[in-house]
Amino acid sequence: MKITVSEIEHVADLARLSLERDEIKDLSRQLNNILGYIAKLEELDTGGIRPTTHALELTNVFREDRSMPSLSVDEALSNAPEHEKGMFGVPKII
Amino acid sequence: MDYEAVIGLEVHVQLQTATKIFCPCPTTFGALANTHTCPVCIGMPGVLPVLNRKVVEFAIKMALAVNCDIAPFNVFARKHYFYPDLPKGYQISQYESPLAEHGWLDIEVDGRTRRIGITRIHMEEDAGKLMHDENRPVSYVDLNRTGVPLIEIVSEPDIRSPEEAVAYLKKLRQLVRYLGISDGNMEEGSMRCDANISLRPSGQKGYGTRSELKNINSFRHVQRALEYEIRRQTALLLDGQDVVQETRLWDAARGVTFPMRGKEEAHDYRYFPDPDLVPVEIDSAWLTRIREELPELPDAKRIRLKRQYGLSDYDLEILTASRSMADYFEGCVAQFPHPKTVSNWICVELVRLLRQGDQEIDTCPVSPAGLAGLLEMIDNGTISGKMAKDILQQMYHTKKSAREIVEEQGLAQMSDESQLRIVIERVMEGHPKEVERYRAGKTKVLGFLVGQVMRETRGQANPKKVNELLEKALNP
Repeated sequence: MKITVSEIEHVADLARLSLERDEIKDLSRQLNNILGYIAKLEELDTGGIRPTTHALELTNVFREDRSMPSLSVDEALSNAPEHEKGMFGVPKII
Repeated sequence: MDYEAVIGLEVHVQLQTATKIFCPCPTTFGALANTHTCPVCIGMPGVLPVLNRKVVEFAIKMALAVNCDIAPFNVFARKHYFYPDLPKGYQISQYESPLAEHGWLDIEVDGRTRRIGITRIHMEEDAGKLMHDENRPVSYVDLNRTGVPLIEIVSEPDIRSPEEAVAYLKKLRQLVRYLGISDGNMEEGSMRCDANISLRPSGQKGYGTRSELKNINSFRHVQRALEYEIRRQTALLLDGQDVVQETRLWDAARGVTFPMRGKEEAHDYRYFPDPDLVPVEIDSAWLTRIREELPELPDAKRIRLKRQYGLSDYDLEILTASRSMADYFEGCVAQFPHPKTVSNWICVELVRLLRQGDQEIDTCPVSPAGLAGLLEMIDNGTISGKMAKDILQQMYHTKKSAREIVEEQGLAQMSDESQLRIVIERVMEGHPKEVERYRAGKTKVLGFLVGQVMRETRGQANPKKVNELLEKALNP
């Protein structure tokens, strides 16, 4: 399996990354190496094994439905490059 | 050619927990913008979401109510896309292993019962709210709603008409309200609906190309949007054109659907298991406990009320519309054990007052005991049924009891013999000719004399008593 330039461009686009030609070349080599390792793993017979979603053998960690104080509006907005009237400001969408 | 509509609905229901799904921020609707946020729900790096147990229990309740199989092992997944209302860049949802599958729900349209399959129900988090500046190229983001718990209920494409779609949604709303897991209010967005709709020639098994309708926020708009889409697709097909598979938005003001712009590389969400959230195991002990907590659901309640009280289908429809309505009825019957009478008064008089006052039964100013008290006074002859209607209206507006109103306004029927005798004497003195004629054998005159007594007492005299006493007075 080999990852193509257009697949890299597609994934970069989904992640809103703009890549130079050199970077695409580098990434293509690196990603193909990673896929090589995965291909090696695929040689193992994993039939009958439930896909591992978590490394921890822990289940059912819950919170009770009790509220705690939230951030103040100022704190919530303190990292925002733009804010106005107590709201985050972003370039207009729609 | 005749076409048949094939409709499947995806319904999002906001769960009415006190706090968000993965953090302890409150979920209160209508709070000032960005006052209900914390590092977890605004997507700060390095935070750890922790699942709200009640979300799982509410979702299980819904799944049981629509006859689903519940997955014993649940995993949350990240669904990736960029949008300013989604601070983390992904929504935590369930993908490959939804909480529940293979359920069904019976609906009734035009007296016919139809079973609609439920494909799946899963848990996820809501996104924030966007507002757009009208004059400048700026949008504003309020993240109070980010992380509010949702369940998504996906139906099979079993729905065949806009009417069935609305009946299905109303049934879902009734269920979430009975279960007490959501207010199911479409206008306020606590219940939202997307509809997939395609047409196929009647009798054909395979499906046509579908469009997905979004942005429909009331039962009426669901009906209108689907009707419009059926007309649009029918026209295309009759013209020999193809339906394009696309997402369309409903424009309520213009009454049309139009294609949603953008989202070119549609649906490449790159789901993967969320490593921050451990799996949820649901064992049979937990399920049993939740099953025991389920209230009596609408269909079962209807059957029981019919058997227990022998009510008509029309009355049952009204009385089982909500749990509070049925509780009101049974609360009243417990104190005044005449179910048919109670049902009539609720379904006609009380419902009319509620409608006029734009109130729900939950906030009805007349309590079940209050209504029982009124009906008791009709039953024991204190007041007439006609008077009772006026009194109920006054009870509704003044919150006074029937007894208080009757006493204050002297509305009780006059049954006191000494008082009645005085009136009778006066009437006899005023009509000596009639008295003479009666005594001469023309006993029919009695009716006239009774009428005079009733007039003198402005209709409050107890007619039976008046008859009795008059006869005595006329035959000394």
